[in-house]
Amino acid sequence: MSPQDVELFAALARARAGLKVDPAKTYLIESRLAPLARREGYPGIAEMAAALRSQREEKLIWAVVEALAKGESAFFRDRAPFDTFRKELLPTLARLRGAEPIRVWSCACSTGQEAYSLAMIAEAAEGLPAGARVEIYGSDISERALEKAQAGLYTQFEVQRGLPIRQLLTHFEKVEDNWRLTPRIRQRVRWRRVNLISDLAVMGRFDVIFCRNVLSGMDLPYRRRVLESLVALLPADGLLILGAKETAETVTEAFRPVTGRPGLYVRNPAFRAAA
Amino acid sequence: MKTCLVVDDSRVIRKVARRILEDLGFEIAEAADGMEALAWCRAAMPDAILLDWNMPVMNGVDFLRQLRADPGGDAPRVVFCSIETEPDRIREALDAGACEYIMKPFDGDIIEAKFAEVGLV
Repeated sequence: MSPQDVELFAALARARAGLKVDPAKTYLIESRLAPLARREGYPGIAEMAAALRSQREEKLIWAVVEALAKGESAFFRDRAPFDTFRKELLPTLARLRGAEPIRVWSCACSTGQEAYSLAMIAEAAEGLPAGARVEIYGSDISERALEKAQAGLYTQFEVQRGLPIRQLLTHFEKVEDNWRLTPRIRQRVRWRRVNLISDLAVMGRFDVIFCRNVLSGMDLPYRRRVLESLVALLPADGLLILGAKETAETVTEAFRPVTGRPGLYVRNPAFRAAA
Repeated sequence: MKTCLVVDDSRVIRKVARRILEDLGFEIAEAADGMEALAWCRAAMPDAILLDWNMPVMNGVDFLRQLRADPGGDAPRVVFCSIETEPDRIREALDAGACEYIMKPFDGDIIEAKFAEVGLV
């Protein structure tokens, strides 16, 4: 890959999705784009870059951006945020919201494991007030990732990373060598393709937003833009959940961290007033 | 240091599992079948057992049923690790007293995730 090609890919990823692509990590760019080049019928990445320059075809541009945005996903990844959601957030919100639905958004859900983990928790939630409803939304920038998410079909390897065996037996059916989520869990999640740097106001209000391990892959101005868009979707008692190693307070004043809970944030009322 | 007994009739599997579990901080003992594993447990009960199903002399489920009936045999956290992947077979292993279940093939991430699930990592 020539430096010019790397620059082209990095510029596209930044402009279209706010992604921070380190030009020094050519191995990473190659590992993401080589399969795409093959799939699109190019002999190599260089030829795909040439086609991008000459044709500027939107479909190919987005395919490149989606490939570079590719995230990792696992059921109940990092565990702690899911324990917090199950034990604290869900019961509290159920009490506060009454018959109003509790809306939860996995905003960069990749192939769907995070959204389905939340759906399994909602399904098994005990002791919620009668009539409590939980709506789970999953979104990602990648159409391909969302297709896999919607199918709810995972390999044996994927279902063994983070998913307790009893949950597997309860919520999945074995389909040849793979495992498919039951229709009951699949139907609990609504999917939508969303680019987080676009206008998010159309998404509506959310009580809890899971936005984990996505901001760290974005350039600082875009991180700020995304966080300040997300804060507008949360009610005063809503919560934002970032990756345990991600912070909002160094990026914007829109959120306040919850003491002792890495990654957990609430709205900063002062910021709301200023906005 | 926590102890883990790796029970599998394949020397290769025992070697791979040993390496992964040692990296996770376990002291490892090995057994090639259920009978040998029972002898180990009766001499010194381990904290964890990684257990194959299909083995000569005594299979994993028979071993586990006997272990759970032994004094102190309810203590070890037992993670099955087998090529059996049918839901009914997995339920059988859980009913026999398994805490978690790994479907072979496995890698370090899966072993770590499953041992975390039973509170050992």
